[in-house]
Amino acid sequence: MNSDTPVTRAVFAFGSRQWRRNDRSAAFAGALLLAIAIPCLLASFVAPYDPTAQPDIIGLQSRPPSLSHPLGTDPYSRDVLSRLLYGGRLSLSVALVATIVSITLGTAYGAVAGYARGLTSSVLERVLDALLSIPRLLLLIAIFAAWRDIPVSGFVMILGATGWYGVARLVRGQVLALRNQDFIAAATALGATRLRIFTRHVLPNIVTPVVVAATLGIGHVIVLEAGLSWLGIGVRPPTASWGNMIQDGSDQIASHWWISLFPGLAIVLTVMAFNVLGDALLKALSPRRPVIE
Amino acid sequence: MSEPLLSVENLRTWFHTPAGVAKSVDGVSFDIRAGETLGIVGESGCGKSVTALSLLRLIQPPGRIEAGSRIVFEGKDLVTIDEAGMRAVRGNRIAMIFQEPMSALNPVFTVGDQVAEVARVHGNGSRGDAWERAVEMLTLTGIPSPGERAKQYPHQLSGGMRQRVLIAMALMMNPAMIIADEPTTALDVTIQAQILELLTDLKQRLGTAILMITHDLGVIAETAERVLVMYGGEIVEEADVRTLFDDAHHPYTEGLMYAMPHITESRERLNVIPGTVPPPTAWPSGCRFRDRCRYSWERCESEHPPLYQIGAGHTSRCHLAEEPGRRAHPHLPLVEQTGAAL
Repeated sequence: MNSDTPVTRAVFAFGSRQWRRNDRSAAFAGALLLAIAIPCLLASFVAPYDPTAQPDIIGLQSRPPSLSHPLGTDPYSRDVLSRLLYGGRLSLSVALVATIVSITLGTAYGAVAGYARGLTSSVLERVLDALLSIPRLLLLIAIFAAWRDIPVSGFVMILGATGWYGVARLVRGQVLALRNQDFIAAATALGATRLRIFTRHVLPNIVTPVVVAATLGIGHVIVLEAGLSWLGIGVRPPTASWGNMIQDGSDQIASHWWISLFPGLAIVLTVMAFNVLGDALLKALSPRRPVIE
Repeated sequence: MSEPLLSVENLRTWFHTPAGVAKSVDGVSFDIRAGETLGIVGESGCGKSVTALSLLRLIQPPGRIEAGSRIVFEGKDLVTIDEAGMRAVRGNRIAMIFQEPMSALNPVFTVGDQVAEVARVHGNGSRGDAWERAVEMLTLTGIPSPGERAKQYPHQLSGGMRQRVLIAMALMMNPAMIIADEPTTALDVTIQAQILELLTDLKQRLGTAILMITHDLGVIAETAERVLVMYGGEIVEEADVRTLFDDAHHPYTEGLMYAMPHITESRERLNVIPGTVPPPTAWPSGCRFRDRCRYSWERCESEHPPLYQIGAGHTSRCHLAEEPGRRAHPHLPLVEQTGAAL
């Protein structure tokens, strides 16, 4: 009976004819993401080489694409394709987990801030304003520069913990707007408790913007991770990530373009696909979209 | 006469705003008997909706029901009862139908789910039972193929259908009383007639008392047995519906009657009561209607009129009750004489 919720609707939306007809670009973005993500997730099975092995640092240094190394090798004689796959697995997982962390924190905080009244509400709002005033990138550089031996899990948590302010503001705004809706007043008039109104009437109505924010957020975190790794304070070598792979080739980009180009391309395509998907989700999940039957 | 179902005594709901205290409801008293339809009529800003919301204690800050107000329902004072006790009344013993069927339903759940939820809020029965009862209620409100309709979303239903869904929600727990706040205002005229007929029919079958809040005397004439006319946060006239239409006493009620277009006469312009309701932060001294009244005299400015007994069950808040001769000498209302717009 209760199977028809915004979440299940989100899942069905992918399969519906309307989805494909109205939004080919979204289907394309989805397909592209799968084409990138699946080989990356299966990196340990499909990668031709060990991503950190340096078989011949003199003879195989920075070789252009060839049959044995389709995307060439880097200055340490490592196979770029293998590193791209392993690096993608890491970059995508980092982005996914960090986004889940920030969406969870942001939704919880924003929902409470929007639903609370009086002093609690104003305190939460001021704290959020203060947090939003801290430039995220500078904060991250400061943290990771000071804490040089941070494990990847810590890196992910810190990315997540600094990324929820925007989500919190979004959710808070949504909740504030919802709170004055007639159906909330109607639910109160029918005897529902505040908790029930919150879980039944408020939360389901903010699923759409949160799902969209999460999709766009993943793209943002991929770029952030790449930037930090490029600066040498993100994912540490020899572990491959798309960001530190670009760094590996950045001082000889004109002569040995393949070292930086392929991870760069991977980042651009992935982020673009997430953004297109986010926009399409926004259209597809809107509860008042006209239904063609 | 038996004990009333609901007894409101000296209800005062004031809004403490930065611009001053808005006395939206200022000393309202009335009774509703079981199974009766009581109409409250008045123009925008007269306090009728705030009265309705006060009964279920749905007033948001800065609004407040002032001390000394009493709302006695089934032996409990709803002004002082705790929040859990109030929730047990809302939707269960007293249900409310809202004005806007478009926005009073949650867009992300099916209507059947929302009707069934009322039973789950009040904690009886399984999900399956609640769903069955929801479909039963939808049938009762005359929704065609209720089983399928129940699985649809609000945006797939017309305004009239949604209003039927809201009525089904209100009936779910078989309440003793339904508050209908302008239930037909947002609907077109043919649907309006159907909904009013449905409410009257359900009342007769289920014995539910109805408090009908409206600005439309036509709605009152079709549904109500007794009528309260509100103006300036007060009751200005109370009568049974026949007496009110045949023999209105208060000049405001008279004006409302006169403002209704009649099918038998052809007119270029509709009659209106000059001026508007004064802001609730500054009710005039004496009679609150005097600036717009065709009969007002010095006494109306100096002395706030009490509710005078006119006949059996008929009261009016107008000094004309004591000086009926004044009715023979109407004059231009003050707002027209001075051209002062409020």
